[in-house]
Formats: sequence, C-alpha cells, structure tokens
Amino acid sequence: MASLRPCLITVTVETTELTLPSRIETVATAAAAVAEFVTRSGVSEDAAFGIDMAVREAVTNAVIHGNSQDEAKVVDIVLKSSPDAVEISVHDQGPGFNPSDVPDPTVEENILKTSGRGIFFMRSFMDEVDWFLPPEGGTTVRMLKRR
Amino acid sequence: MAELNIAERQAGDVTVLDMNGKITIGEGSVALRTAIRRLLEEGKKRILLNLAGVGYIDSSGIGELVSSFTAINKENGQLKLLNLTQKLQDLLTITKLLTVFDVYESEAEALNSFK
Repeated sequence: MASLRPCLITVTVETTELTLPSRIETVATAAAAVAEFVTRSGVSEDAAFGIDMAVREAVTNAVIHGNSQDEAKVVDIVLKSSPDAVEISVHDQGPGFNPSDVPDPTVEENILKTSGRGIFFMRSFMDEVDWFLPPEGGTTVRMLKRR
Repeated sequence: MAELNIAERQAGDVTVLDMNGKITIGEGSVALRTAIRRLLEEGKKRILLNLAGVGYIDSSGIGELVSSFTAINKENGQLKLLNLTQKLQDLLTITKLLTVFDVYESEAEALNSFK
C-alpha cells in the first residue's frame, strides 16, 4: 500500500494598510506603495497598470472630493492580495458620495469637460468597483482586480 | 527631478513642446497648464504637443489636455498631438477623445497640417 505523503497547500493572503494625509502628494505616495504591493503579488504588467490608474483616481477622489484636502482628515487604504484577486479599499472621512451623481463622461455633451473621468477609469480598469457608506462616516470604495 | 519636463522649440510658426514625464494631478498638470497659458500670452497659438516621452497620464492630465485644447481653440489657435504612446492612445479612445484631437505619428506630417 502506498504511503500517504503529506501535502502542503499554501494559500497566501497578504494585507497591507496605509493611513495617509489629505494632500495631493498622497496620490503619488499611495501609487508607489500599491506598485510595490502588486509587484510582490505577481500580477501581470497590464493588470498592474490598471490597478495603478484606479488607485490614483480613487485616492485623488478621497483627498479632493471626500476630505476636501482637510489635513485633519486622513485617507485609509487597505490592500489585499489572494490567489484569486487583488482587492483595494480606499476610505475617506468626507460627507459621503453617490457615484450615480457623476455623469457619464463619454456621452457627447460631456466629452469636452475637463473633469469627471476618474470613476470612469476606475470602472474601466478594475473588474469590480463598489462604494459603501460605512456607519462611522465617510465613503469607502472597494475595487477588485481578478488574476 | 520634475514630474514633467517641457522643452520648447519653434518649427516655422508652430511651437513644438517636447514633453517628458507624467501628466498627473498636481505638478504635471500644472506644468502643462502654465506652458500653454504662457504660449497664448506670447501670441503663439499653433501648438504641437510631442507626447512621445509621456509614459503616464491620469484623468487630471486628460482634463488638462482638454482644457488646453478648448483654451487654444477659443483664441482661434490650433493644438495638435504627436507621438502618443499606446497607453495614452487607449485612454483617449475609451474617453472618445481620440476623434476630438488631431493626432499624428510623424512630426513632418503634423507640421504640414498646420498650413
């Protein structure tokens, strides 16, 4: 009878949390931290590009529209990597946000607007994007990129 | 090192801006806005943006391109784009801006198009 050999299954889930000030410079800081995280997570170059775009837009929204660049408020970012996906959550301490209030930037009357493309990019580059209004206040956007 | 470096040269009555770096929220977008405003103040209204060295642009940078385009058009000038990277071309395609901008792959062809 064949002996049973031990089989080791490794499921790696890595989580990194960042708390950053509500400044424009935070966008680059967050993007650099996320770039390092996704490199460690081993996602493809294309996926890494999309994640980078989406994170920059989400953090920009949190700093500018959520926290209104109020330095008394922070942006919390949680990065999770699992064998199936990379998940990124960005939380601000603003008054709350409804994504359906943002018009589609690709319809004719909005094409030449100088803003309003951030959420469109987040949705274009990630597989799932959802917004939550947690009971403690602010807005959390959760974005998922499948492997 | 600056996020976006802009080198200006003159090709006849067309001003070419050779751009290197990132056009993103903050420094990069502001650098583009400042350069375009200065050219308009100097009466230089035929502008070709050489974007070969721009490896990254975000929604703020795209907004700044649109803002430059409308500001120059308002002054009866022309803004054209040269040497888009594949990524930038993709972004302009999904935002439906590729048909708005006049885009070239050859500088000679771009310069001729101003005449």
